Amino acid sequence: MSTLALAVRDSSTMLRRNLLHARRYPSLTLNLLLTPIMLLLLFVYVFGDTMSAGIGGGADRSAYIAYLVPGLLLMTIGSTTIGTAVSVSNDMTEGIIARFRTMAIHRGSVLVGHVIGSVLQSIISVVLVGAVGVAIGFRSTDATVLEWLAAFGLLTLFALALTWIAVGMGLVSPNAEAASNNAMPLIFLPLISSAFVPVDAMPGWFQPIAEYQPFTPAIETLRGLLLGTEIGHNGWIALAWCLGLAVLGYRWSTARFDQDPK
Amino acid sequence: MTGLAIAAHQLRKSYGDKTVLDGVDIAVPEGTIFALLGPNGAGKTTAVKILSTLITADGGTAQVGGHDLATAPQAVRATIGVTGQFSAVDGLITGEENMLLMADLHHLSRNEGRQITAELLERFDLADAARKPASTYSGGMKRRLDIAMTLVGSPRIIFLDEPTTGLDPRSRHTMWQIIRELVTGGVTVLLTTQYLEEADELADRIAVLNNGKIAAHGTPDELKRLVPGGHIRLRFTDPTAYRTAASTLPGAAHDDEALALRIPSDGSQRQLRSLLDRLDTAGIEADELTVHTPDLDDVFFALTADLDHPKETVR
Repeated sequence: MSTLALAVRDSSTMLRRNLLHARRYPSLTLNLLLTPIMLLLLFVYVFGDTMSAGIGGGADRSAYIAYLVPGLLLMTIGSTTIGTAVSVSNDMTEGIIARFRTMAIHRGSVLVGHVIGSVLQSIISVVLVGAVGVAIGFRSTDATVLEWLAAFGLLTLFALALTWIAVGMGLVSPNAEAASNNAMPLIFLPLISSAFVPVDAMPGWFQPIAEYQPFTPAIETLRGLLLGTEIGHNGWIALAWCLGLAVLGYRWSTARFDQDPK
Repeated sequence: MTGLAIAAHQLRKSYGDKTVLDGVDIAVPEGTIFALLGPNGAGKTTAVKILSTLITADGGTAQVGGHDLATAPQAVRATIGVTGQFSAVDGLITGEENMLLMADLHHLSRNEGRQITAELLERFDLADAARKPASTYSGGMKRRLDIAMTLVGSPRIIFLDEPTTGLDPRSRHTMWQIIRELVTGGVTVLLTTQYLEEADELADRIAVLNNGKIAAHGTPDELKRLVPGGHIRLRFTDPTAYRTAASTLPGAAHDDEALALRIPSDGSQRQLRSLLDRLDTAGIEADELTVHTPDLDDVFFALTADLDHPKETVR
């Protein structure tokens, strides 16, 4: 069997294992979904009117729903990948990983299985949060099929990038608690992005940080695709962040996995 | 000359300034059972981890199944099966799913995978529990599932790290039976254990590992001859009978407080009979007679004494 065929076959076996875990023990994934959904409802129904006035949309919360949903879709990915870090860290303490290491299988398949499984979970989570958004009044204005595809591609690529980073975080964490703590930036960063309020509304010294961290360009791009707002250079920055983080996370994770286990 | 399934030369491994393996040589002929015997912390698990490609050695060379560990680890992995000390089963999925996972990773077809899974689950008495999550299995069941998973790829060389530690006596005997059946099929087994009895039951050759060094190696009988711990203990309640016995058996060690005598013996029927004959002839009746065969304690006390005080071993 060629190396590529081996990699594909073993990775799909590992993916089946991870999906089996996720299907049988869905509580972690569902718990992580609660954060973005709660925030969505909180900001729309409790703060919505005020926020809407703040972004110049008048005292009708529908303008703020449109503003908020793209950011929360990306936050959902950040939240889901915390689960990735936890489950990778948990998995590494299992004896079966040692068994995998002594088998003539494609070395990276253990991690690739986790990554693909997590990206699929991220997409499902995004769809669920998106459905809640639609249910409370979010509507995409005149997005073309191409823009929908681009939006889907961006979300997938963003999930892939964050997942590889989360896998690395899971591998360096000695236990699930540490993994959960180490992965906190993935849910913390959206709070200081343009997800909830425009970057212009933040203190001047903080604006560059908020503007160029990974979430803001991706959020602005998604807004542009779904709502027709100005994307500008955000598209390229978002793409660069996604590819950069994906490559970094991949290198970091595989190097870490190739080291002798303790 | 038969081939060696495992040949290790001067294996070394340290963690920080703690030396775990300090130049270990291991030679296991094909189709035999080899036991690595030693107490906790002797380096047994580290040796198995190195030979099974889980970790890399700091020094030394080794061939497993004719392949070099350092240059062809993937070829080594294709010939071996490993059952580690801590259960290597996926507790979140069922026993059957664990087996099918192994079949997939060995690239068996769906039918082959189903067939071998059913066969092995039946053989290891797990068919009834096949649809239950492995985390609900008892210690003995987990260990059996672990070995069943190891066998899916029909490995020629099998590593078993303390296969019976923590098992109840019945499960232990079942495990011994399983291991014996493995070698009848021509498989080579390297197992680690802390019990001399287990090594004695199973192994063709034993190496005693202590503080990262091979303290002694040989067949079980050769090893036991190195150990002076075997004896027969006679205990008396009547001091007069005790003194008569002591003068009748000049080679015995005295324990005057317990009124007991220790007569060196290999525990064989012949030696026991000759002792009983002498006691009968002298009209002595002991209140208690126990046969003490060498155990790991004796092996270790003897072998570590050999290392520390070479002069005292001259008898």
